Amino acid sequence: MQYAEFPILSLIIFSPVLGIALAGVFRDASDGIPAKVAALSSSLLTFLLSLYLWFHFDASEEGLQLVERTGWIPQFNIEYFLGLDGLNLFFLLIITFITPLALLGSWNLQKRNWQFQIQMLLLEIGMLGCFAAFDVVLFYVFFEVMLVPMYFLIGIWGGSNRLYATMKFVIYTMVGSLLMLVALIYTAILFKEINNGWSFNILDWYGMNIAPETQTWLFLGFAVAFAVKIPLFPFHTWLPDAHYEAPTAGSVQLAAVMLKFGPYGFLRFAMPVFPAAVYELTPLFITLSLIGIIYGGLVAMVQKQIKRLIAYSSVAHMGYIVLGLFALNTQGVYGGWIQMINHAIVTGALFLVVGMIYERTHTQEIVDYGGVIHTMPLFSVFLVFFSMASVGLPGLNGFVGEVLAMVGAARVNIWYGIIAAAGVIIAAIYMLWMVQRVLFGPLVKDMVKGLNDLSLREVVVLVPLAFWTVFLGVYPQPFFDRIDVSVQKYIEQIKSQEPRFAQDENKQKDLLSLMGLKKPELLSKR
Amino acid sequence: MSQIWLIPAFPLLGFLLNGFLGKFFGTRFVSFVGPMSIGLAFLQSVVLFFEMLKTEGHRIIENLYTWMAAGSFQVNISFQVDELSGLYLLIITGVGFLIHVYSIGYMKGESGYYRFFAYLNLFVFFMLILVLGDSFLLMFVGWEGVGLCSYLLIGYYFEKHSAAEACKKAFLFNRVGDFGVLSAVLLIFLSIGSLEFNTVNAQAAAQFEYGGVLVTVITLLLFLGATGKSAQIPLYVWLPDAMEGPTPVSALIHAATMVTAGLYMVARLSHLFMLAPVTMNVIAVVGTVTALLAATIAITQTDIKRVLAYSTVSQLGYMFLAMGVGAFTAGIFHVMTHAFFKALLFLGSGSVIHAMHHEQDMMRMGALRKKLPITYLTMMAGTLAIAGIPFFSGFFSKDEILWKAFSSPLGGGVFWALGFLTAGLTSFYMFRMMYLTFHGNSRVDSHLQSHLHESPWSMTGPLMILAVLSIFGGFFGVPHALHFLPNGMELYFHDFFAKLPGEAHGSVDTEIMLMILSVVLALFGWFWARRMYSGSLEAARRLSASWRTLYDLSLNKWYVDEIYQALIVTPGRLLSTHLLWQAFDKNVIDRSVNGSGVISRGAGGLIRGLQDGVMQTYALIFAIGTLTVIWYIF
Repeated sequence: MQYAEFPILSLIIFSPVLGIALAGVFRDASDGIPAKVAALSSSLLTFLLSLYLWFHFDASEEGLQLVERTGWIPQFNIEYFLGLDGLNLFFLLIITFITPLALLGSWNLQKRNWQFQIQMLLLEIGMLGCFAAFDVVLFYVFFEVMLVPMYFLIGIWGGSNRLYATMKFVIYTMVGSLLMLVALIYTAILFKEINNGWSFNILDWYGMNIAPETQTWLFLGFAVAFAVKIPLFPFHTWLPDAHYEAPTAGSVQLAAVMLKFGPYGFLRFAMPVFPAAVYELTPLFITLSLIGIIYGGLVAMVQKQIKRLIAYSSVAHMGYIVLGLFALNTQGVYGGWIQMINHAIVTGALFLVVGMIYERTHTQEIVDYGGVIHTMPLFSVFLVFFSMASVGLPGLNGFVGEVLAMVGAARVNIWYGIIAAAGVIIAAIYMLWMVQRVLFGPLVKDMVKGLNDLSLREVVVLVPLAFWTVFLGVYPQPFFDRIDVSVQKYIEQIKSQEPRFAQDENKQKDLLSLMGLKKPELLSKR
Repeated sequence: MSQIWLIPAFPLLGFLLNGFLGKFFGTRFVSFVGPMSIGLAFLQSVVLFFEMLKTEGHRIIENLYTWMAAGSFQVNISFQVDELSGLYLLIITGVGFLIHVYSIGYMKGESGYYRFFAYLNLFVFFMLILVLGDSFLLMFVGWEGVGLCSYLLIGYYFEKHSAAEACKKAFLFNRVGDFGVLSAVLLIFLSIGSLEFNTVNAQAAAQFEYGGVLVTVITLLLFLGATGKSAQIPLYVWLPDAMEGPTPVSALIHAATMVTAGLYMVARLSHLFMLAPVTMNVIAVVGTVTALLAATIAITQTDIKRVLAYSTVSQLGYMFLAMGVGAFTAGIFHVMTHAFFKALLFLGSGSVIHAMHHEQDMMRMGALRKKLPITYLTMMAGTLAIAGIPFFSGFFSKDEILWKAFSSPLGGGVFWALGFLTAGLTSFYMFRMMYLTFHGNSRVDSHLQSHLHESPWSMTGPLMILAVLSIFGGFFGVPHALHFLPNGMELYFHDFFAKLPGEAHGSVDTEIMLMILSVVLALFGWFWARRMYSGSLEAARRLSASWRTLYDLSLNKWYVDEIYQALIVTPGRLLSTHLLWQAFDKNVIDRSVNGSGVISRGAGGLIRGLQDGVMQTYALIFAIGTLTVIWYIF
């Protein structure tokens, strides 16, 4: 474990405070520009600071880096404990990268502008802290703190039915996190019984050797919270409502970052602590993720509003992530992990694009559009581009994650891989059909006739996202190089504690040899 | 000094220049960059083609970088030129260049001129990646990429509903095939641990039992992918609709190059496919039936491009027949000759459509040969080639396929007979098209009549070059039975493809006899078409009236689209809307969530009794709670 000489992580996490303060100071400026500029430049500063992490990060280091630890609640040995490794590095970067874009994307917002800027920056603090925390209580606090700004973002700046959506969102999430809290406290008590001392350091919790049945219950407690966040089928119905009502920036943060706390929670806080439960419940979670892939796609197909369609597509995409993580092999975890980054970029971009046209038309209904390509060619280019990325077109980023997740799943059970592959057909159906109905066709509607194409500001928002979409599609290897050590350690942590994983691999080989494979023993383990 | 990466790099650069700058730099810039980038790729392909021939083992591999490496799953961006990809390179860039030049004239004055050339360049880029990639995953990049460009180009006239519908249809049907490819890729990685073609071909026999379930399933899934891209039963229906795109697109993508990608994949993996006799049989049957079915539809169509589209489906069926009986060389030979004559025919039809101001209905044409002499003569060369008239290119390749279908240990008399029947129909519908368009009485609209003119040089030039290739291209593969020239294709592909599992049967005399039979049939088809369509169309009308049911079935394409709609599309949409979304999401899940809200409100009501605002009660509850917790812990 490498301790930080300077609390750089804390600095990054709390740097948005600067913007919050400035936005507060400038709250009375009549046109709202000063508050916007303050928030934007503060978030850009955070982004620049976070670049230090990318350059400083040592990919060969096994332990945590840039660690900060101080006592917080000494009676229970609860610490303020931040750290960096391959698993959270890119999430921190994604947050600092996407926040300025989301702010710039909602530049035209008028209503209670300075408060909006403050909520966005508060949200950023909560999300950054949550990804950097290695103390379970600290994680839980940040996990809950995030809800507050999101509650206001949807509740104040949302659409017409925003109160229903926020309540649904908050209640769903709260129920999940309360179950997690119970499981968390129980696990901590178990830890104390075993080790005669309190610890909420998640690294201490790995390898606790809890009785398998207890593990299952505790794991389920954590799992519900994370499954709601993901959202995993059947916990997904809050997402379409939340997205539909949320303002653009809220949707972007929700899709790009907040959903990722689900899979990340599994990765960091649930799976390594309860390996026996993971083994027992893998079929359940993989099944749910596969249902999500197919079901989310089918329901997305028949949605009548653009944002609802993208929300359901998120359900399908997040299915690939869970699928990869629970496959628990190198390909699966790589795939699930990069799919989180991809989904953040592409779905974030799609919500931005959709937000841009919504700002002009104030309608989400697909039937109100048609022939938009005539008046907004540039917009159409971006919509088609990001749709193709969402569909998983090879050469763009979605493909890398989907293929790796499928390969990982297929190594566990070939059927998992094949069902996941079927999802690619459905994805193409709903995205292309939406694109066709919005963009193509004759120009007849008066509303569409009056549209202006994207402004320079809007193009500036989208180009960085497009760049990473292509880059991650053609050259993801630098990213993989930086997570490899952490991923291998992670898999090892879970599998070494549970011998039944190895037996299953042999079963799969037996199956293949029954089907006519001559030397299945040659197949590689990694 | 091989620089394989330059070949796809030129079209990519062309795409970027045209796509980003073309709008501002204008038509001349685009007309220069578009064809030029393909021309340079062609020159580099020629250089590498000969370099490959000189190389030991006829194979050059160029490894650029690691695309993704996750444990044992290693995929490189790595290009390969060998006999198969070398030939494809020449076809793609050569025919592609001619079509780009042609497009300068054809697309002149279109509003999206730069967009068109950008897409076309991008298409060639992806097609080159498809054939150059040395692993499944890189091939898949090209495979999907050409699908995307095809989507964009079919939807080029996006203001038309039919075009928007057709481009979506094409992409979706291809995607169904892609599901097959992806699943097969997973199985291959599981079985062999590598996705490189050379490793797979080399390891296949060592890892798979001959005729085993696994290899059969893998090859069937791959073939499903091939039927999507190469428009075979059951996924062929997108191709005729793809004719909504501009005609050069039909020529390049939907006739000469992209649709042969499925064949490319089967040929590339011949060693794998040869281990699965059941799959080979399926391929041969599907190919034969598709060839026949498409030909029966083509004989009644009146849209000139649709005739050619169904003809393409039918010819692709021939090629799959060749693959299925293990005659990979013959199949690829037909890919080449077909690229020449079908590109020619499509471009010719484009020249007609251009002259007719976008009229495609042959019932409004007729007697055009005087107005469009070059188009007429060149198209006639293409028709003679496709109909199998001796010594034109199609004659050699088609007869090679028919003979292999007859004589191969994987083939049989039935395959030959159906292929033979299809050849007769082909001759008939092609000459029908020629007579309806160029001969007989003029049915052209009167005020169009005076505007009729031959196309500019940029269009007729490529037509003439392709005509020469269509006439003489067949001499690369003269059958052994004729032996006035060695069979160049056999020499070229010597030892490249997997060997047949047994001896061929049938003598040279039989081969000559069958050849004469098919020539007679082709001439008969020509004669019949001439009798019915060269003068008034009265005889044709009478015939169609007396065979009303059959004629309607053919005209309506055997109602396959309607069947798909009724069996898959409508049920799928209803299921998703009513059962999954409305019934399950809205009712089951949300109701139970709202239900839990009601329960908790009820529970809250009970608990409210405890929260009476009296400080002492709170303190009591607090104390009891704390004691309970402490008691529990210790």
